[in-house]
Amino acid sequence: MAWMVWTLPTAVFFSTIAAILAGMTAWEVISPTVERKGFLPIATTRGDRLFIGLLSAAYIHLIVVGFTDITIWFALALSVVWLLILMRWG
Amino acid sequence: MVNKVYNNRAWLLVLPMLALVAFSAIIPLMTVVNYSVQDVFDANTRFFTGIEWFERTLNDAGLQAALLRQFAFSFTVLAIQVPLGIGIALLMPKRGWQASAVLILITLPLLIPWNVVGSIWQIFTRGDIGLMGVGLRELGYGYNITRNPVDAWATIVLMDVWHWTPLIALLCYSGLRSIPEAYYQAARIDRASKWAVFRYIQLPKLTNVLVIGVLLRFMHSFMIYAEPFVLTGGGPGSSTTFLSQSLATMAIGQQDLGPSAAFSLIYFLIILLVCWVFYTAIMNMQKDKAERGGV
Repeated sequence: MAWMVWTLPTAVFFSTIAAILAGMTAWEVISPTVERKGFLPIATTRGDRLFIGLLSAAYIHLIVVGFTDITIWFALALSVVWLLILMRWG
Repeated sequence: MVNKVYNNRAWLLVLPMLALVAFSAIIPLMTVVNYSVQDVFDANTRFFTGIEWFERTLNDAGLQAALLRQFAFSFTVLAIQVPLGIGIALLMPKRGWQASAVLILITLPLLIPWNVVGSIWQIFTRGDIGLMGVGLRELGYGYNITRNPVDAWATIVLMDVWHWTPLIALLCYSGLRSIPEAYYQAARIDRASKWAVFRYIQLPKLTNVLVIGVLLRFMHSFMIYAEPFVLTGGGPGSSTTFLSQSLATMAIGQQDLGPSAAFSLIYFLIILLVCWVFYTAIMNMQKDKAERGGV
C-alpha cells in the first residue's frame, strides 16, 4: 500500500465515502428506496440524491478553494448541510 | 402495467466486474487523489501540501484558457457535426447496392486511427507539398497553420468534422430506417411539406440517437489529444493546446505529479458532471415516452 502514498486526510475521506456507501446499502436492505419528486426537477431515488449531493459537494469545494479565501472547513460544512437538505427534501 | 419483481441479489453477479474495475480504475483514482494533496519526490520523500495544488491549478491562467478553448472547440464541432450529420443521413440512399456503397464510403474516416488522421492532415495542409496547403496558396490565400492561429483552428475543426461527422450520420441513418413507412404515407395523405415531415416525424424519431451521438461526440472532443498534437503540436503559441495536452505536458513533460493529479481530478469532475447530465436526460426521455404509452 506504500506506493499509494496515503495521507491521513485522504484516508479519512475515502473511509467516509466507504462508510456512507455501506450505510446506504444497509438502509436499502432495511427499507428499499421509493422514487419520488422533491424540489429537484427530476424524480430521484435515495442513491441519486446522494450522488447529486456528493458531486455538488466536490464543486462547492473547488469554488471555495479556487476562487475565495474562505477556509475549506466552511466548504465542508456547507456541503454536509446541502447533502442533508438534498436527502430530505430533494 | 407489468409489476416487475426487484431482486437485488442479482447485484452479486456484478462482483467480478467490480473487482476488475477496482484494480483498473478505483485504486488508481484513489492514488491520484493521494498525489493531489502532496509533493511526492520518491517513495520516502514527500510533503503534505493540502489544497495548494488545487488553488494553483484553478487560478492558472494558462489552464483556464485551455479549458475555455476546450469548451469552444467541443461546442463548435457539435454545432457543425450534428446538423451536417442529419443532413447527410437524410440524403443517403435508402435501399439497394447504393445504400451499402454509401455506408461503406461514409464509414471509412471512422476506421482511421487518431494519430494517422493527424498525420494525414499534417501532410494535406503543408504549404510545399500538401494538396490543401498548396491549393489555398495558389488561390491567393496565405494559408499557414504554423503561423496563423485562425488557420490552425479552422483546420483542426475541419479535421474533426471530417473524422467524426460520419458517426452522427450513421446513427441518424439507423434512426431514420426505424421509422415505419406508414408515417410517411400518412404525411403524403395530409400533403405535408418536406419540412413538416422532417420537423414532426423524422426529428422526433431521431431524438434518442441524437442524444447518444451528442454525448459521444462531446466526451470525445472534450478529451481530444492525438489529432491536434500531431497536426499543430498545440500551436501556434498555445492557440490549439487543449486540456489533455496541457495535462500530458505537466505530468509527463515536467513530472509535476502533484499539480497534474489535482488537474486530472478537476478534469474528471467536469466530465462526470456532463456525463451525468446527459445520462439523466436520456433516462428521463425514455421514462416520459413509457408514461405516454410508447415503448
